[in-house]
Amino acid sequence: MSSEHMDFELEPGLRVRPIENGTVIDHINAGQALNVLHILKLPGQFESVVSVLINSPSKYGKKDVVKIENRELKVKELDKISLIAPSATINIIRDFKVLKKNRVKIPEYVEGVVQCVNPNCISNSSEPITSKFHVYEEDNTINLRCIYCERIISENIVDHLLRE
Amino acid sequence: MKDFSKEMISHILETAEKLEPIAVRKERSDMLAGKVLAVLFFEPSTRTRMSFETAMLRLGGEVLSMGSVDASSIAKGETLADSIRVVQSYADTIVLRHPKEGAARMASEFSQVPVINAGDGAGHHPTQTLLDLYTIKRESELEGVKIALAGDMKYGRTVHSLCYALAHYGADITLVSPDELRMPYEIIKDLEARGMKVRQTDSIDEAITEVDVLYVTRIQKERFPDPAEYLRVASGLQITPELLSNAKKHLKIMHPLPRVDEIDPLIDDTPHACYFKQAFYGVPVRMALLALVMGGME
Repeated sequence: MSSEHMDFELEPGLRVRPIENGTVIDHINAGQALNVLHILKLPGQFESVVSVLINSPSKYGKKDVVKIENRELKVKELDKISLIAPSATINIIRDFKVLKKNRVKIPEYVEGVVQCVNPNCISNSSEPITSKFHVYEEDNTINLRCIYCERIISENIVDHLLRE
Repeated sequence: MKDFSKEMISHILETAEKLEPIAVRKERSDMLAGKVLAVLFFEPSTRTRMSFETAMLRLGGEVLSMGSVDASSIAKGETLADSIRVVQSYADTIVLRHPKEGAARMASEFSQVPVINAGDGAGHHPTQTLLDLYTIKRESELEGVKIALAGDMKYGRTVHSLCYALAHYGADITLVSPDELRMPYEIIKDLEARGMKVRQTDSIDEAITEVDVLYVTRIQKERFPDPAEYLRVASGLQITPELLSNAKKHLKIMHPLPRVDEIDPLIDDTPHACYFKQAFYGVPVRMALLALVMGGME
């Protein structure tokens, strides 16, 4: 296990202190950190420390980092994050060490995560169904195709995420 | 329609051809005797509804109709999902037309019996595409057909479905439309990736000399805020006898109907006119679908 701050390539002088227990979401596409917080409904009623780095320099250009103390993520939250930050890594931290590090996995299919942009889609009606999308990557862009009306969402996915 | 393989489409078209003698009353059939087709139309329709009903009756089956929406439980606020759950216990197949896109796909999730999409709002109308293909097969040559599609290429999703289906047959397509109603770039790109040659023009005169089939669609007035602009565009795409003087002798003109003034009625009695036959071909194609889904044929 590596130590948490070693792993996140922070410059000497440390802008954000390491966390003891919780989750570090690293390699978030620059500019998406606040959207990640939005997905996780943070800060909301959450009382532990949440640290956010925006436009942090890294080997591959700028990135955002979100550190959440004493919180782990649910699968649905990970699915949502993968749609707006497909290269993000999820690091589970225990006693200042990285216990587990995984890149978010872009699901092939999401259900009840995104609202279809087509107002005339049957999923935007009073029918007892949840929205369902096929997820695919094309030209480094994430696309969502509604399985009902086949409308494709490829831009501003964050604007269409369903609030629970 | 994008999900249909060439084999599936060709099988439906060949089945339709076998059933055509029944559709023209040269033969009788009780292939679907004892079967019930539920016809649920939540939107007005003449041709699609009547041709489905005719197709079922010609195969010896029975038709169960929902009647008007106003007189049904829908008027009391019932969801489509509940309607489907009930009707699927009355019938062997459901034919559904609904104003919401994706309605047929959703209905299939709630039904134990097959659901045939007879049009879902601005979404798909796959049986129209199949009968269009069948018309080309019967009246011209489907494989490698040189076809011009004229009218609204932007919003007309039945035209998009037809293009995807024609991609299976190596069609050479010319799209004729004013600039403001051009086919979306993503669709053109997708069609070209499927090996299709696609040309675009705004001149019907230029396109008509080269093609075997001319498929004309209606341009909707509501797409144009300025009525004068609508008239200019619509008259530029009007098919007249003079225009046809430059066409190939065997050119066939198709139209999904109803037409407004896209095609001069003087053309109706010429060998080029194919649109009324096209409407008839809806019957054998829908007979084929019903026979295939209800086990009358394999």
